[in-house]
Amino acid sequence: MTRHGEVWTFAEIEDGQIAGVSLELLGKGRELAQALGVPLAAVLIGHRIRSLADRLFAHGADIVYGADHECLAEYTTLPYARVLVNLVRERKPDIVLYGATPLGRDLAPRVASALKTGLTADCTDLQIGSYESGGRVYENKLLQIRPAWGGNIIATIVSPDHLPEMATVREGVMRVPDPVEGRNGTYIEVPVNPQPQDFKVRILESRTHPRRVDLRSAAIIVAGGYGMGSKENFRLVHELAGVLGAAVGASRAAVDAGFIHADHQIGQTGTTVRPKLYIACGISGAVQHRAGMEESAKILAINIDPEAPIFSVAHYGIVGDVREVIPRLIKALRGKL
Amino acid sequence: MNEAAVRIVVLAKQVPDTKNVTGEVMKPDGTLNRAALAAIFNPEDLNALEMALDLKDRYGGEVIVMTMGPPRAADILRDALCRGADRVILLSDRRFAGADTLATSYTLAQAIATHLSPFDLVVCGRQAIDGDTAQVPPQVAEKLGIPQVTYVIEAIEVKDGKMRLRRDLGRREEVVEAELPLLITVPRTANRPRWPNARRLLKYRHARCGFELEAEARRRRAEVHEVLADLKARGLYIETWGAEEIQADLARIGLGGSPTKVKKVDSVVLKGRSLRFFTPDDKGIKELVGELIEERTFG
Repeated sequence: MTRHGEVWTFAEIEDGQIAGVSLELLGKGRELAQALGVPLAAVLIGHRIRSLADRLFAHGADIVYGADHECLAEYTTLPYARVLVNLVRERKPDIVLYGATPLGRDLAPRVASALKTGLTADCTDLQIGSYESGGRVYENKLLQIRPAWGGNIIATIVSPDHLPEMATVREGVMRVPDPVEGRNGTYIEVPVNPQPQDFKVRILESRTHPRRVDLRSAAIIVAGGYGMGSKENFRLVHELAGVLGAAVGASRAAVDAGFIHADHQIGQTGTTVRPKLYIACGISGAVQHRAGMEESAKILAINIDPEAPIFSVAHYGIVGDVREVIPRLIKALRGKL
Repeated sequence: MNEAAVRIVVLAKQVPDTKNVTGEVMKPDGTLNRAALAAIFNPEDLNALEMALDLKDRYGGEVIVMTMGPPRAADILRDALCRGADRVILLSDRRFAGADTLATSYTLAQAIATHLSPFDLVVCGRQAIDGDTAQVPPQVAEKLGIPQVTYVIEAIEVKDGKMRLRRDLGRREEVVEAELPLLITVPRTANRPRWPNARRLLKYRHARCGFELEAEARRRRAEVHEVLADLKARGLYIETWGAEEIQADLARIGLGGSPTKVKKVDSVVLKGRSLRFFTPDDKGIKELVGELIEERTFG
């Protein structure tokens, strides 16, 4: 089968800017488009968006489809889904990728259902490859790789007979391609015809709170788990992070126990990170947590239990009580740094 | 019945307890070892049920819980009855098996459209812990042609055919107004699910689905039709529907109706890393810090 359809990425707007995950998608999208020999496009929906297109071009988009209308100024599901569904039907892309953000996970399944096509959630990798079934070989299919069963297994999913192949992609696992300032592309304006029946949900209030912590761009992360024992002891994690100029992370168990706010959560349901150094304090290392941090360049695990699974992904280990080890570590660091 | 009364369908799923794996997840032949995992009520579906029951407490109405799954999924329906559901439905048919999210959403939407219309609200958990996809609810909403509001942490008010809801989108919080009928999804942070009621527990643990009638008849030494009539009369029959009952297009259900296929499944193998231990005393920690500095991990 020869491929003609483009590779598309949905460009999400966050605080008036292109969301980080949408830039990450352009890096992976470029690889896929190259492997297939087709153009890479981004779909940009909103109001007064033209200036944002340049950033998409700089990061690798050949084409930007822009749907610009005041009724699209804020995201609600149905009007955005209508724009995408109509555009897919008209232009027939082969692949459409979305960030696995709350917005992407709200929009993509609605679009997939209307198009009666396959959708794979929360992929951590995408490749082009072949798929064999019933004596038939499908070439150049999108291999959609994702963890399942709480991260205990990794599944490779294909959508052999349906186009477009669609996937949402987890935030933070793919790299943002370096921008080429001044790189140009084709901007195609998409006509918008608002349908009254699409405006059944109205946003009455919207409040954005600033990120308490920026885990994804931190070079060093000190993360604490349930093994810290109490909110008071969790102060040691903050203290160690302070000495290192590091960001503070946490396991879900620590968040659930009320030691720290959920914005700090790392793992399958939190943020995925890969800092230069990850220090896991009192974190046993459930598979869901490991999924969010095991790509870190160096991992130091401090845990009282030598059998804790966190040690299976660590490079350095200290078996001991965090309440004693962390103060010693702080002391040693203060003397050296 | 008062005017504001809400007729609610809750969609629930029985899932393997992936948070408590008690053995090898993969068998040596590479298939999933389901026996290693207990089957539980998907946690966020309990939050969905709680939101539905709370709305019924406030406005009156009816809470119907439906699940698609194998016969043993009747367990979560008994649980739902004990927690306060008015009516429960088991969608079960060998031909439903192997469904991906698209085929699943078709089956669920078809059951709602053929038997449960008109309704005001469909309530779902945000996502199930086996797949973590969160895809089925928006797909059901699309198939029913109704709007969706995901990540609902509070049902503020139902009034004049509309509902006001609070959404938690991580960094953003929204209050929205949506027209009914509507589908919403509920994350675990929305509420604390109520426990099964003791009086209801005594009664509804005896509820039986269509697949359990023969065993029940043998136990009671009675005819199947007698047992069925008796269960129905006492409100203990779990309605059990297959592909025919919901007039399903057989091309759109189960594995055959699923666009996505699993190419392969790998067990997560922990990467063998050269792990070096340091002693928890001052000497060991000094060595570690020296090593990290040498490797330029700092700075």
